[in-house]
Amino acid sequence: MFSSVNSGGLHGIDGYRIQVEADVSDGLPVFHMVGYLASEVKEAEQRVKTALRNSGFHLEARKVTINLSPANIRKQGTAYDLPVAVAILAAYGELDISGVRDGAFMGELGLDGRCKPIRGILPLVLAMKQAGIRRCFLPAANVCEGLAVEGIEIMKVDHLSQLVQMLSDPQKMIGESRRDMQRGSSTTGYNVDFSEIHGQRMPRRATEVAVAGQHNILYIGPPGSGKSMIARRIPTIMPSLSREEQLEISKVYSVCGMLPAGNALIHTRPFRAPHHTISPQALTGGGRIPRPGEISLASRGVLFLDELPEFQKCTLEILRQPMEEHQITISRLYGSVEFPAQFMLAAAMNPCPCGYYPDYDRCSCSEWQIRHYLGKISRPLLDRIDVCVESEPVAYEDLKRTDQNESSSQIRCRVERAREIQRARFLGRQIFFNAQMSAQDIRLFCVLSPEDDLLMQQIFRQMRLSARGCHRILRVARTIADLDGSDQIGRAHLCEAVSYRSLEEKYWGRSGYSENECRRV
Amino acid sequence: MKMNAGESEGFFSLTKEKQYLFWLCQIPSLGATGIRKLGETFGSFEQIYEYALYNIEERETPAKGILRKGQWQAICEAVPHFEQCEADFERLRERKIGFITPLDEEYPGLLREIPDYPMGLYMRGRIPDPDKPGVAIVGARGCSAYGERIAEEFARMLSDEGVQIISGLAAGIDGAAHRGALKGKTATFGILGCGVNICYPSSNYHLYEEMLQRGGIISEFTLDARPSASHFPMRNRIISGMVDAVLVVEAREKSGSLITAELGLEQGKEIFAIPGRLTDRLSSGCNKLIQQGAGMAISPGDILEYLGLKCKKELILHENHVNGLEKKEKMLYSCLDFKPKHLDKILSESGLSLAECLSILMELELGGYVFRSGNHYYGKRL
Repeated sequence: MFSSVNSGGLHGIDGYRIQVEADVSDGLPVFHMVGYLASEVKEAEQRVKTALRNSGFHLEARKVTINLSPANIRKQGTAYDLPVAVAILAAYGELDISGVRDGAFMGELGLDGRCKPIRGILPLVLAMKQAGIRRCFLPAANVCEGLAVEGIEIMKVDHLSQLVQMLSDPQKMIGESRRDMQRGSSTTGYNVDFSEIHGQRMPRRATEVAVAGQHNILYIGPPGSGKSMIARRIPTIMPSLSREEQLEISKVYSVCGMLPAGNALIHTRPFRAPHHTISPQALTGGGRIPRPGEISLASRGVLFLDELPEFQKCTLEILRQPMEEHQITISRLYGSVEFPAQFMLAAAMNPCPCGYYPDYDRCSCSEWQIRHYLGKISRPLLDRIDVCVESEPVAYEDLKRTDQNESSSQIRCRVERAREIQRARFLGRQIFFNAQMSAQDIRLFCVLSPEDDLLMQQIFRQMRLSARGCHRILRVARTIADLDGSDQIGRAHLCEAVSYRSLEEKYWGRSGYSENECRRV
Repeated sequence: MKMNAGESEGFFSLTKEKQYLFWLCQIPSLGATGIRKLGETFGSFEQIYEYALYNIEERETPAKGILRKGQWQAICEAVPHFEQCEADFERLRERKIGFITPLDEEYPGLLREIPDYPMGLYMRGRIPDPDKPGVAIVGARGCSAYGERIAEEFARMLSDEGVQIISGLAAGIDGAAHRGALKGKTATFGILGCGVNICYPSSNYHLYEEMLQRGGIISEFTLDARPSASHFPMRNRIISGMVDAVLVVEAREKSGSLITAELGLEQGKEIFAIPGRLTDRLSSGCNKLIQQGAGMAISPGDILEYLGLKCKKELILHENHVNGLEKKEKMLYSCLDFKPKHLDKILSESGLSLAECLSILMELELGGYVFRSGNHYYGKRL
């Protein structure tokens, strides 16, 4: 007899529907599994057979054929144990599944018939919902995650025999209730706050500007000047996550098996701070079966690279393309997958190897050493960092101060207002933030008054800016004006934006030759 | 042997002697003093070649006792290269590179007086005019903006009064001194720690090129010699040897600039130093020099006076005139220092809002009143 049940597979961070077909016929007693299967899928044969026997089913030896359709896509993971078991029971006629044609099964089986959790439930359930399936049978440990998807019924499966009992009476089947699911609000999730930072007016302000326009930011300062401390608080002033954003982030974390226990969705913007020894693959995602890397885990949040010059050059170079396209495509033999990469880059570094430049009394680095240190960062990457801020060592008075600093929620209010203005401005375009403006957009949206244009001209000449540098300044000036609620970019906005300009001239030398080189004449 | 040209020897034999000297200068293990002593004992440089050509053992030559171990061996081994050296020597003229030896009349007279004067100087451009005084301006490579400015101003004003500025064409103070001198009216000369065909550091390339037109580049080392740490103290003795006075602008204790000053002192030159704050480590070397008796250079006039020249202009190294500024600009300007200050400090000291503060600083920066070091450090400009 033939039977077929629904299940799902993962491709990147997206799920798709799979039909698990089983046929039991006369012939030699063999068990065939086909459908382009990885070895852990093929091993399902032993798990399922044993689990069925230990759950009290004694099936006679007949020819069993299992097919996972579509048969041309590579199947991986252990999610197919449960649907295979159900399909076999149905094919043997032990179970009537006509009542659950619109259901899907996912889960790993233990030899005793117990149902164990699997990775990637969220994208799988989402895909099932899209495919028109109305109820999902999930391992007990995954129910919470499955409930995050609304509009689909979730059934809890503890044990194979319990499932069979449930299926025997479809009328009495009740889905798990969404009521007791905790709904964390996005604001309460952070355990850090901007009010904990004393002093540091410039870095604070620069961070606010950067977040408002989704500009990438670089902190430069001596050790212990609070660079990482401020960066860690960037997510707290970003706008709260919408439901779509929460789902997108949670999908990535679900595929990686990194969802926090007992929490169906990620409610806070991610903050990822990989160590500088990270490999390019760990950053972008990869592996034979591509899995999301740090940039995807930081999507919709912050990717923080501390000690930027210490990162391998090739690791940093690889960031360029995802930063432009806001996603990363990883191609492998089995096909290519896309992961989201819409992160804000925050980086921190010392101004020189010893960290105290430009304090000549403490800094003993030669100009050559400083250049060499800074030269490790690629220029193209720096070109994508709009805001650059220097922080100073914290003074003792600042540490002792007890007066209340501005809290994250106050800053977030202003940021959200500025984002609202940007949303209205870019309505109907492909971009959302000031940082994404192209040269054409800048001409359209960053118009200067004639006097300010004159000033810009003067700045351009005197500071020997490049065209790119000029665009960066205008983009940031637009964001500062938005924070101010002003339609027109004013003089003050422009001056502030200039002060955040990248550290091209000062640190990289005027002549373009690096200091350590000799030049043959 | 007398190291003077034009006595009984004709022009031809002088050129020949120079050729042999050129050949000896290409042997890395021989120092200037060694070559000089050899010349004195053998009578002429050609004689050295003759002895080496027949591979005569050291104990049978006059060189016995004056050379270190292995040096005579090195000379003998260099004999096969003589023809190549001859060709190179001939080509120097078409490459516009001069080779000046103590045999030549134009060899700088001041330099001839130091005990270990170089036996061969490669030169592009000119050599210093013996009728004009020379002053060396030296200092730290990693100097402050203030130091750079001082070096530039002193060099410019001295150059205007007819003083030739001689320095090492290095980063920092050296480069600033050359830059200032190029703005003045007199030629400036760079003494290198590498061959004259190499510009080190390459960031000074535009200076190098300009100095070829307006002065000269001089080195004791072979044309394509790479810069190396051991070269620089040797270079320093030439810098101090070629001048009448040495001015140290910014130097830490135990720095190369102090070596130059010390060498100058041994050679009997006058040393000047720019005084600095006690807390500035970059000035500690200068202050120490002053304590030990160096002249305190408060204005270029102090040096000119020593050289017997009149200073026509006063050095205005005071703050910019702030009369033309508005009230708030003046107030903000007074919050600044010559040492770069972080914006956070400026904000809290001035009490202005960020927007206002940055607008005013921008005005001041464009007006040339303040300079910016890094992104958020501002300092007063001299």
